[in-house]
Amino acid sequence: MTRNATLLSLSILLAAGGLQACRKKPAAAPEPAASMPASDANAAQRRADSLAALAAKRAADSVAAARAAANDEGTQAALRRVLSQVVYFDYDKDQLRDDARAVLDAKAAVLGANAGITVVVTGHTDEQGTSEYNLALGQRRAAQVKRYLESKGIGENRVTTQSMGDSQPAAQGSDEASYQLNRRAEFETRNVTGALMRPRT
Amino acid sequence: MSTMMIRRALSALLLLSAPLVAQDTTRGVRIGLTYDPGSKPGIVVLPGRGVGADSIRAIIQRDLDFGDRVTAIGLNAVALGDASLAASPNWAMLAKLGAAAAVQVTVTPTGLHLALYDVAKHTTALINDYVAAPMSDTRAWRAAVHGVSDDLEESLTGTRGIAHTRVAFERGGRLWVVDSDGEQATPITEAGTPQSAAWNATGTTIAYSSFLPPAKIVLVDVASGRSRTLVTGGGVFISPAFTRDGASVVYSHGIEDGTDLYIADVSGGGGRRLSVGRGSDNISPTFSPDGRRIAFMSARAGHPEIYTMDADGTNVDMLTTLEVSSSAYRSSPDWSPDSRSVAFQARIAGTFQLMTINLRDRGMKQLTSDGQNTDPSWAPDGRHIVFVSNRSGAKVLWVLDAETGRTRQLTRGGTARNPAWSPRLSSN
Repeated sequence: MTRNATLLSLSILLAAGGLQACRKKPAAAPEPAASMPASDANAAQRRADSLAALAAKRAADSVAAARAAANDEGTQAALRRVLSQVVYFDYDKDQLRDDARAVLDAKAAVLGANAGITVVVTGHTDEQGTSEYNLALGQRRAAQVKRYLESKGIGENRVTTQSMGDSQPAAQGSDEASYQLNRRAEFETRNVTGALMRPRT
Repeated sequence: MSTMMIRRALSALLLLSAPLVAQDTTRGVRIGLTYDPGSKPGIVVLPGRGVGADSIRAIIQRDLDFGDRVTAIGLNAVALGDASLAASPNWAMLAKLGAAAAVQVTVTPTGLHLALYDVAKHTTALINDYVAAPMSDTRAWRAAVHGVSDDLEESLTGTRGIAHTRVAFERGGRLWVVDSDGEQATPITEAGTPQSAAWNATGTTIAYSSFLPPAKIVLVDVASGRSRTLVTGGGVFISPAFTRDGASVVYSHGIEDGTDLYIADVSGGGGRRLSVGRGSDNISPTFSPDGRRIAFMSARAGHPEIYTMDADGTNVDMLTTLEVSSSAYRSSPDWSPDSRSVAFQARIAGTFQLMTINLRDRGMKQLTSDGQNTDPSWAPDGRHIVFVSNRSGAKVLWVLDAETGRTRQLTRGGTARNPAWSPRLSSN
C-alpha cells in the first residue's frame, strides 16, 4: 500500500515536472531571435513596418477612391435628375411659373455643358375639360418649355415637342392635388454617352 | 328600297285619306292617324309569327320607346293574345288601350313582313315587305329590324326614327361602334391612341386622330375596317370632321405655335390652313347642315369659347358670349342637324355640363346637372344627344332626349369618350 502511494506521488511529481518543463519552453522561444545580430532584427522590423504602412495606405486609398466614386456617382445622378425634372403648370395655362423657370434654368446649364444631348419634351394635362383641347394644351406647354430653353441658348434642333394630352396622368385621383401633378411637362434625354459634364460655374 | 316602297304606299294612303284629315290636328302624320300635336300616339306592337318574331317585337318596342315620339303600350301575355285575333286585330280592345295604331311584324322566308293598323279606322294602313339578312347574321339582321322601326316612326309621326344609327366612341385605346339601342358594341380599330371619331355623311367612313407620335388623321372604312393615313407629321393632329360632301376633312393641327384648323382632300394632297389663330388653339370643327359654316372651339380670347366661321375660314364670329372668368371653358361644339342650335360643354360651378346655344337669338340653355356631362353629339333626328357622363360612377355613354330631358344609359363598363352619332344608315 505504502509503496504504491510513493510511486503514485513520484509519478505526480514527474508529471508536474514535465508540466513545468513544458511551460518553460514557450518562454524560451524568443531567445534565439534575441541572440541574432542586432542589424538583422532591425531590418525585419522595418520590413514589417513598411508592409503595415503599405496596407494602411492601400486601405486609405480605396476608401478615398470609393468616396470619390460615390461622390461622382452622386454628381451624375444629380445631373440626370436635373435633366429629367418635371415642370408644372397652372389650370388651362401654358405660361411658365417661377418654379418651372428655376428648373429649366438648371436644365439649360446642364444641356449647355453637354452639347450632344437632345431632349424630347412631352406636354401633359389634367383630365378636366375636352380631351381634344387637352392635346392642344399639352402641345402648347411643351412648346413654351422649348422656347424658354432656346432663350437660354439651347439650340432649336436639340429640343423636340409632343403632347399626350390627358392620356397619361402621373396621379390617378380626381382632385386638385392630382390635377396639379398631372399638369406638367416631362423630359426624355437622348444621345447621352458616358458621364455627364458638370455645368461651368 | 324599303323607304321607296313605303313612300309609295304612303302617297296612296294620303290620297285616299286626305279629305278626312283635319290638317291642324294631324301635323306630321302621314297615314291619317288622328291625334293632337305634341302628344305621343300610342302603339301596340302585336306578337308576330315565325322564328325570331318575339325578338323582333322586343327590338321594335324598345326602338319606339327610345325614339321618344310614340308610346309603345306594354301589354301582358293574355291581353296581347286578346288584342291580336287570328283574322284581324281586336279593334275594340286596342281603342280601349288608347292605341292609335297597332303593328305586327311576321318573319318570311326572305325577310320581314310589316302590317300597320289604323285603330280609329279599323283598316290596314300600311303593308310592307323587307329583305333581311338571316338571323344568324346578328348585326345585319338587327339593322333590318331597326330599319322597320324607323319606317314605323316615320309613318306614325312624319319624322324618321334613329333606330338604325350607330355611335362611334373611344374605350380602352380603341374606337368602338355600338348600335343606337346599346347592342352590338364592336371595336373597329386596333389598340393605340385613336381619338375623336367623325362620320362622313353616308356613314360609311370614320375619320379619327391618333396622338401617339407621329400624330395623324386616319380614315377607316366602317364595313371592312381598312384604314389609311390622311395626314401626318410633327406636332398634334386633332378632331377631324368631314365636309358635307365627304370629299374633304377639316381638322386641327399645330406644332409649336398653337393649333389651327386645316382642310385636306380625302383624295390626297395634304392640308391647307383655314383659321388664323395667331398662336391660340382652334379645334373641334363641326359643320352646319348646309355645309357653309363651321363652329369650332378657340382659346384666342384666353380661354375656350365657341366660334363660327365660313367654311373657307372667313367671317369669324364668337358665338358664345365671352365669360370673364379665369375658369370659363366652353368646348366640344356640335351643330344640330336642324341647324337651330349648337350643343357644347361648359364649366359651371366646377363641373362640366351640356348646353345648347340658339343660333337665332343666342339664348343658352343648360341641359344637364347630374354629375359631370361632356362631349355632346347630336343624333340625326336633331332631338337626341349622346354624351359622356359619370352620373352612375364610371364615365360611360348616355343618351338625352333634349325635348323631355329623359336619359338612358347606352354603354356599360370601361371609360368611354368622345362619342359621335352616325347619320341615318342605309339598310344594306
